[in-house]
Amino acid sequence: MMQGRAWRFGDHINTDLIIPGRYLDDPSPSNLAAHAMEDADPTFPRQVRQGDVIVAGRNFGCGSSREQAPVALKSAGVSAVVAGSFARIFYRNCINVGLPVIICPEAGSMVRTWDVIAIDMSRGEVALASGERLSFAPLPGFLLAILEEGGLVPYTRARLKGR
Amino acid sequence: MGILVRAIMVPRTFAEKVLSRASGKDARTGDIVTARIDLAMSHENSLLVLTAFREMGAGRIWDPEKVVLLFDHRVPANTVKAAGGHKTVRDFVRSSGIPNFYDFREGVCHQVLPEKGHVLPGMLVVGTDSHTTTYGALGAFSTGIGATEMASVWATGDLWLRVPETLRLVLRGPLPEGTSAKDVSLRIIGDLGSDGADYQCVEYTGPVVDGLSLSGRMVLSNMSVEMGAKAGICFPDRKTLDYVSHRSRAKLAPVTSDQGAELRETVEMDMSSLGPQVAKPHAVDNVVAVEEVAGTPIDQAFIGSCTNGRLEDLEEAERLLRGRQASPKVRLIVAPASRDVYIEASEKGILASLARSGAVILNPGCGPCLGAHEGLLAPGERCISTTNRNFKGRMGSPEAEVYLASPATVAASAIKGEVADPREVRA
Repeated sequence: MMQGRAWRFGDHINTDLIIPGRYLDDPSPSNLAAHAMEDADPTFPRQVRQGDVIVAGRNFGCGSSREQAPVALKSAGVSAVVAGSFARIFYRNCINVGLPVIICPEAGSMVRTWDVIAIDMSRGEVALASGERLSFAPLPGFLLAILEEGGLVPYTRARLKGR
Repeated sequence: MGILVRAIMVPRTFAEKVLSRASGKDARTGDIVTARIDLAMSHENSLLVLTAFREMGAGRIWDPEKVVLLFDHRVPANTVKAAGGHKTVRDFVRSSGIPNFYDFREGVCHQVLPEKGHVLPGMLVVGTDSHTTTYGALGAFSTGIGATEMASVWATGDLWLRVPETLRLVLRGPLPEGTSAKDVSLRIIGDLGSDGADYQCVEYTGPVVDGLSLSGRMVLSNMSVEMGAKAGICFPDRKTLDYVSHRSRAKLAPVTSDQGAELRETVEMDMSSLGPQVAKPHAVDNVVAVEEVAGTPIDQAFIGSCTNGRLEDLEEAERLLRGRQASPKVRLIVAPASRDVYIEASEKGILASLARSGAVILNPGCGPCLGAHEGLLAPGERCISTTNRNFKGRMGSPEAEVYLASPATVAASAIKGEVADPREVRA
């Protein structure tokens, strides 16, 4: 169960907006966090707090395969991304770095910035500030397992050890 | 036996056939399979792959022959940090015996891999770059993945993939004079939207595709990801087999969709009256006919990238620029996609001609496409570019604007100092 303040964004938020290419020569999480979302909302890097949730429209994370995009969000404190739909590489990258992703098209129109929302990944439920609940299809078991391990690195480490 | 009989009876899509072969299972659309990877490409972000690979506690690469590494995004190194990243990867390549490593000189991955014969029809290819879809032009199922999952591929040789639905585009022609594969691609993305092919395997078919060179087909496959596609395929034909057999001695096993295979949708598009197309800022699907934006002043014009930095692109631009000067208001920048392209364009006099017209010729590489170096934009500036993305901040300042177009349109615009119709400049 996660709970956090919502940041609302629109459709087609691309990976250049999430972390611009001009900052990618330094892959350290602190550098990425310092510039997360700054071209979409310059206040984001300063005002984001641990546990905040991004709520966006269609095609979130379109563009480059850069894994620095979900790393930037996670390092900045974002606990989950809820969107109407995701671009496929970004979606995979989120799971692989241990950042929960939720496909929930209704959330975009019902959540406002600073609403506090709660997410239950295994039940597939978003609880809104109003008390209303939205359901989403839970991730397939093996993806949930990767998330629960904290990402693909610890998951594969365990898998390799088990061999 | 049961699986075998079904495999013979039921017509299959290209995606199903490649992923069945790679997973050893009867893979149907919508299934999630664990597939063996035939070829795994990484560029500078191999540094991230390597970091994750070590953190996983993986000892050695599952099959070093199947890994190709190269540097193209920041070559020669543009910062001390980038240089450090290159050095770490170089040291790893030497110690781990990866035979296929192209250092800073060879060019953009999506030109170098086909050119060096690494990509074959029917292969399952993954790369830590979204434009890995490019190799679909050779009939490979080829898609972009992230760095951490590439580390897992290095360790295990396999990857989970969902078998995608298939969207078939039938492109009717003939393509009018003055238009090229880039115009076709921009028109398709403009019509379908930037998530119009989300998660799909797009099959490009029809007379327009048959008529395109491999370079032109690479433009279509390359840009597929700009409408969300997982892969963008051109089925192999005589041209494909000629291209590949000049570069590889491997036995070829081309794959096509079966007649009657179940497709999500077939869309017919008539390209016979297509004119030059331009994607306006800040979205690739914000596409209009060039006439609608002609006259918009520009500060920079860029010809290059994994989309349009190939020999025929440089030739197309040079035909317009030959004997003319780029507008003094415009910084014209040209980056051949690879060393081979650079050498060939140089020997044909194309680079000298472009330089006479005022172009700055960069080394082969991604150059300014991703806003890393070699020609960033200042606030308020406008660039017209043959690249693949015009997102806010893509080529420098978030207050700059990027217009996407074909090499001919970019060359015509460089001459006029404003967005221009190549058919008028040519006349």
